[in-house]
Amino acid sequence: MLRSDVLVVGSGAAGMYAAIAAARAGSNVLLVDRSLIGRGGATVMAQMTVAVAVGEEEPDHWEHHLADTLKAGRGLCDADLSQLLCEDGPACIREMDEWGVGWARRDGHMAQVHAPGHDRKRCVYVDFLNTGPAVSKTLRARVQRTPEIQRVGDLVVTELAIRDGMCVGAHAVHTPTGASVPIAAKATILATGGLTRLYARNSASINMGGDGYALALRAGAELIDMEFVQFFPIGHLAPRLVGMDPIMWDPFRYKLGGRLLNSEMKEFLPEEGRYISARDVATYGILKEVAAGRGSPHRGAWLSFQHCSEAVLREAFGPVIDRLAANGIDLTRQPIEVAPIAHYHMGGMRAGADMQTTVPHLFAAGEAVGGANGANRLSGNAITEALTFGRRAGERAAALAAKIPMPAIDPSSGFSSNRSKINPAAEIVRLQKLMNEHVGPLRTQGGLERALQEIRQMCGDLPAPRAGLDPEWMDLHDLRNMRLVAECVTRAALARTESRGAHQREDFPETSAAWERHQTIRV
Amino acid sequence: MGTPPDHPRLSARLKIRRGGSFESFEVPFEQGQTVLDGLRWIRAQRDPSLAIRFSCINANACKECMMRVDGKTVYACTTRLVPGEMRLEPLPNKKLIKDLVTEIAPPDERLR
Ligand SMILES: Cc1cc2nc3c(=O)[nH]c(=O)nc-3n(C[C@H](O)[C@H](O)[C@H](O)COP(=O)(O)OP(=O)(O)OC[C@H]3O[C@@H](n4cnc5c(N)ncnc54)[C@H](O)[C@@H]3O)c2cc1C
Ligand code: FES
Repeated sequence: MLRSDVLVVGSGAAGMYAAIAAARAGSNVLLVDRSLIGRGGATVMAQMTVAVAVGEEEPDHWEHHLADTLKAGRGLCDADLSQLLCEDGPACIREMDEWGVGWARRDGHMAQVHAPGHDRKRCVYVDFLNTGPAVSKTLRARVQRTPEIQRVGDLVVTELAIRDGMCVGAHAVHTPTGASVPIAAKATILATGGLTRLYARNSASINMGGDGYALALRAGAELIDMEFVQFFPIGHLAPRLVGMDPIMWDPFRYKLGGRLLNSEMKEFLPEEGRYISARDVATYGILKEVAAGRGSPHRGAWLSFQHCSEAVLREAFGPVIDRLAANGIDLTRQPIEVAPIAHYHMGGMRAGADMQTTVPHLFAAGEAVGGANGANRLSGNAITEALTFGRRAGERAAALAAKIPMPAIDPSSGFSSNRSKINPAAEIVRLQKLMNEHVGPLRTQGGLERALQEIRQMCGDLPAPRAGLDPEWMDLHDLRNMRLVAECVTRAALARTESRGAHQREDFPETSAAWERHQTIRV
Repeated sequence: MGTPPDHPRLSARLKIRRGGSFESFEVPFEQGQTVLDGLRWIRAQRDPSLAIRFSCINANACKECMMRVDGKTVYACTTRLVPGEMRLEPLPNKKLIKDLVTEIAPPDERLR
């Protein structure tokens, strides 16, 4: 049995910032992750930019950032959460700067670039394509230096512990040994990240199957806006690249423009070599070209930087050009193929501006929270969201923990006695294909209904793990959660009979004023 | 629309150390695919009990997939499959957990 004032589940930017903030406010903190600390989620994989109104490149104010965020969200942002993101962003980014993250600088100030959907140069970054690793490393170093924070990796939280309707900690499994580990906590923060592993084409890590949503749902919490999965339009498609994040063409387009072309080598978005289309618009544009028979050979679009010389490429991306060469890619000579890829989830746990969910003493932070970005997220907003929400959740959880006694929890973990004979790794692959095909960027009633029917038939049982590392158990665990979360996304998508932002229904292509509202799910 | 270029089907024989012995799997692949792709294929198509450790899959960011391939320490996610036999072993200098998985967490981040 483990015990702590504040339990933080997940050690991405949100979880680590939450742990630091809670410790600073006087709590002792247990920070756990199903992977290694600081390595398992989206944060360490991010390569690009962080949107924040620090106004170093040109004058800016968080209210301008907020206006852009609300506009991009297509009427569905939870304005309190969006404000928290934009208003607290500068303080978190500056604190990260003091902690030595190394934001790129130009003439003595933080360099900021212009990303699509922002009205000015607002996005800071760490060169070269090193934003996420730098953010992760900086927070990790901070966490390590904070004696009030105990860190435990390889610990997967399988269920929240609820007593009298309140969260009193969690049940976890130590994966190398299969041991059950109950954790009592006065306040619990879910910083478990997103759900993009649900899709066959994704930029996710193995740990991004939406555990937090499943945990919250089974604990009685409300989820919001689950239908809004953001597809990043120009995810790498071909030729096969190894050792590089498939989102990497985004910073190339920021810095160098680049032309998005169909099979006739013509631009099909009104861009003229500039990187200006919002993500939902570009995703839709590419899929429509493919449907019209004008896609690239692997059913995507061409992206060309052939207007750039080797010298220009090297100046902008230094060592990355060598990594491309090692993959046999010379951008001065060849376009590459890109296509939409599941990248981020706007929906998630419903939380107030104090980050508390609808279950008392259960908080959420980071991508796991729904609402700040409405129906469509601006680029660069996700890391800011993770930092600001993490900090707020940590502070509020610590304030709560200071007032209440340590709860007792029932140590039994309630596994099913039935171990099904399926190959769960294969079932996960099947679920991912199904989601990509029917619950992806283009949706119809028929496809969604078919997906829902198949998802419901998938295995949702979780037996106890066998002693020692039990990889099949891990897959059964993931399948159970992914299946539940997939059902939420599909049902919400089926119910929303309009198109808005990242949710595009081919049978309801118009945006409807009557639908300018949220859907919530609870069991 | 153009048709996808023809990819010749290649095949690798992954000889994997599982405890005291080796087990071999025949893995079909396309040019450019990685050892990690091959191992994930084995888990989904042949044997889900095979234990491997990885997280980020494509970004080479998590550094969790280190193992020995033909006697050299490499990342499984950046090492390309090649036709013929490849010998896969867990890291030799770390405590073995199972198959290709070793204890790589820093000591103060383990369950005590
Ligand atoms: C490839 C990629 C590139 C991106 N680039 C950018 C960018 O340039 N700019 C930007 O703003 N955003 C970017 N994003 C989005 C952004 O990185 C994420 O939204 C953000 O990092 C999320 O942070 P987080 O702390 O909420 O979650 P994560 O960093 O995803 O961390 C969640 C953690 O929770 C752990 N966890 C999950 N379930 C459990 C469980 N059951 N038990 C224990 N632990 C659990 C995971 O292992 C993981 O370590 C990118 C995303 C990806 C995937
Ligand atoms: S899987 Fe992350 S570095 Fe290889």
